[in-house]
Amino acid sequence: MLECVPEGPVEHTIGKINPAKTCQPLGAMYAALGIHGCLPHSHGSQGCCAYHRMHLTRHFRDQVLASSSSFTEGASVFGGAANLKTSIKNIFEIYNPEIIAIHTTCLSETIGDDLPTIIKQSEIPEGKRVIHTNTPSYYGSHITGFSNMVKSMVSYLAEANEPVKKNQVNILPGFVNPGDMREIRRIVNDLGVSMIMLPDTTNVLDAPQTNRYVLYPEGGTTVDEIIDTGNSKLTLALGSFASEAAGAMLLEKCNVPCISLHTPIGLKATDDFIMALKENFGVDVPKSLTIERGQVVDTLIDIHFHYQGKKVAIFGDPDIVIPLTEFVLAMGMIPKYVLTGTPGSRFEKEINEMLEQYQIEGSIVKAEGDLFELHQWIKQEPVDLLLGTTYGKYIARAEDIPLVRVGFPILDRAVHPLMPITGYRGCLRLIEMISNTLLERRDRDATDEDYELVL
Amino acid sequence: MEITCSQVSGGVLSPGLDERQNSIITTGISKNRIHCADDSVAGAVSQRACVFCGARVVLNPITDAAHLIHGPVGCASYTWDIRGSLSSGSEMYRNSFSTDLKERDVIFGGEKKLALCIDEIVEKYHPPAIFVYATCVVGIIGDDIIAVCKERSQKHRIDIIPVESSGFISGNKIVGYQAAGNALMRLITPKEGEVISKTKKINFLGEYNLGGEKWLIERYLKELGIEINVACTGDSTVHALKQIPGGFLNLVQCTGSMHYIARLLEETYGTPYIDVNFFGAYNTSESLRRIAQFYGDPSMIERAENLIERETARIKPAIEYYRSKLAGKRAAIYVGGAFKALAIIRQLKELDMEIVFCGTQTGKPEDYDEIHGMLKPGSVIADDTNPAEIERFLIEKKVDIMAGGVKERVLAHKLGVGFVDHNHDRKQCLAGFDGAITFAHEVYTTACSPVWNHIRKTPSWEASNGT
Repeated sequence: MLECVPEGPVEHTIGKINPAKTCQPLGAMYAALGIHGCLPHSHGSQGCCAYHRMHLTRHFRDQVLASSSSFTEGASVFGGAANLKTSIKNIFEIYNPEIIAIHTTCLSETIGDDLPTIIKQSEIPEGKRVIHTNTPSYYGSHITGFSNMVKSMVSYLAEANEPVKKNQVNILPGFVNPGDMREIRRIVNDLGVSMIMLPDTTNVLDAPQTNRYVLYPEGGTTVDEIIDTGNSKLTLALGSFASEAAGAMLLEKCNVPCISLHTPIGLKATDDFIMALKENFGVDVPKSLTIERGQVVDTLIDIHFHYQGKKVAIFGDPDIVIPLTEFVLAMGMIPKYVLTGTPGSRFEKEINEMLEQYQIEGSIVKAEGDLFELHQWIKQEPVDLLLGTTYGKYIARAEDIPLVRVGFPILDRAVHPLMPITGYRGCLRLIEMISNTLLERRDRDATDEDYELVL
Repeated sequence: MEITCSQVSGGVLSPGLDERQNSIITTGISKNRIHCADDSVAGAVSQRACVFCGARVVLNPITDAAHLIHGPVGCASYTWDIRGSLSSGSEMYRNSFSTDLKERDVIFGGEKKLALCIDEIVEKYHPPAIFVYATCVVGIIGDDIIAVCKERSQKHRIDIIPVESSGFISGNKIVGYQAAGNALMRLITPKEGEVISKTKKINFLGEYNLGGEKWLIERYLKELGIEINVACTGDSTVHALKQIPGGFLNLVQCTGSMHYIARLLEETYGTPYIDVNFFGAYNTSESLRRIAQFYGDPSMIERAENLIERETARIKPAIEYYRSKLAGKRAAIYVGGAFKALAIIRQLKELDMEIVFCGTQTGKPEDYDEIHGMLKPGSVIADDTNPAEIERFLIEKKVDIMAGGVKERVLAHKLGVGFVDHNHDRKQCLAGFDGAITFAHEVYTTACSPVWNHIRKTPSWEASNGT
């Protein structure tokens, strides 16, 4: 498989071979699904919308509804205003959402459609809302698109309409699975802090079977809640790439201060998250969380010899890869290659600082890379484990390296969107996946005399 | 706010769906012919895709070619190795190449970057051909991909074939199939002085070797004494495709994607074509007979009959078993092309199942007439339908199982309806006699799964909770 990757080091300077990212609109669509009663709308060709829905459906294995402006050649020449106005009218008539969240595509961006004006000229039923964000596919990645959509939710809707700030926190979870959002919410609830999570895809993309079909599942941040984010005392932006822009907008527009943290993956990031809430809301950390943390530490100590010193390649979205690298370092493993497809020098800076702190030399860290490069590096010097998305499976097979699936997208395994990698429970899950995978490999490769019952 | 299914079926389709009314007919009731070549309604949650998508699925199975998507990264990411087309040789086609256009490329043009990407691919991989797909942005900024491909083709002395597949040209994949057809014609046209001599072999158009289907049919044809020249495009190589003009006969399987090219081949090289369909035992038998009759060799016809008799007898017990489990169950079909829809209708009928709903994304009027003729009165036929409609008919028609693609699966499952994947990314071989068993098994697995018991029962505590 993919043995056609050249053996020796070859320069790769232009274009992408086996990309580690996808385009902005997908992220915007995912974010929009985290608003209650929202129909995401793709302003561009039909194919875009079909691809994004398909890709999200394959990862979440749940229904993803979104509409498209269905551009034709005419719309591309004369502009997409007529298509968008018709779309808005049709959507409210046919699908009757509370809110339409429009994102652009490379096509409508290049044509230069002026969305605010088009929206103003559209017929919007009383009490309904239409918001938009610009997501040119030729800039950034799906994470940028997610970030832009969340920022637009705030800039369109958030209002500081109370005389004093409420004792509540805005949690911007970033591009993570609903399982992670659920876990983050549980931790905040356990701490006794009232919260608004934006966006929130729990009960949308991990919705239970209820014996009936609903166009708009129960979950999602309601429009009222989004408005109310402007009255919160504090915003925690989890993951700088996906969440910081919306956090900054909340500060600018509604004077809500924002603390930017890592996505709470791993011990340190989870500790930091809990401490931020404790310090700003004066709550006590309940014993249950202390126990959970202690269990993680206990496990790390009990089985550190299973993975310590193993070399690992980590790839995926920056807000996941950064704290994951931090955790892997804390576990005593060596992040040999760390790569994201999303551009941003901050990624390289943060990871390199961590590596320096652990005095690890000779690792390669790259933002805006692709899996061709990762494969090339591995060919030059192999690793013991791959940590990343489904797309790592080609390298895994070609180089016979085990793969632990983490991040987006995972297209060849199920249940993962419901299971957290965040919080202390997420730590345990990561440790379990990593150590089990390495032990499976050890068992597979063991000779009969080395094949042990107790490990 | 939520809309339950009963509300949806009651009110949601009016008045906004006035435009859709001509795209849905009920057999035995509607007098009008279905409207189907229309563009999708703007704002509809259409299951359709775009021109690029159509072109990409047709050409992707060419195993040793590099497929370079000229545009921002998304179009390459979403189509990276998503077809289940198997290769007996090169795995080149399973890589994803993108020119990854950036803002400055969109402003200043992407031609230079395209040329450099081609150079890099040639240097690294030495493929015999590169297909360069145009995406939306490329069409808008006016990159001359034909010129770049021509120039680089001369420089590197390999085929570099432009595929004019900007997504906005149409929301109908058929137009994309044509773009792919034009690209294929470009590839296979013999160079000056080159002569491809005629053989007795056949070309198998519209066969994508999903789950090794081409290999299975190849075995049948071999038994008849016929060799496949090349399949178009399943498990094909650039070199093999160039032998297409030497074919004696073109078999056309996926009619939606390949009639266009079959006609071009007939015009250009005088190769006749016949339609075949290897899905289901009945279709497979009929197709083998038709092929043997075309060759007109009595011994071949006899070999075909022997094969049909032997295989039919071999699969009979299995099919009868599944028929006993599935007879009378109600099925819905929503797939991309009419060819597939017709094939599935026939297979489900072989299992004594009733088809109560059938729709396609890209069917033509004559296809719908044929579908109409195969369904019982009262069944619903829809063109380019959307989830709201599918949902409505799944409930109204009390469907037990649905056959469709990725996006329909979750919808069916949420409604407690079984599902069989007949998409172009499926992994199972569903063709031929063996495929008939596999298909029946898949339908059985989903229709008779114990999981549905869970959803028809509410949790035991619901009653005592008083909800």
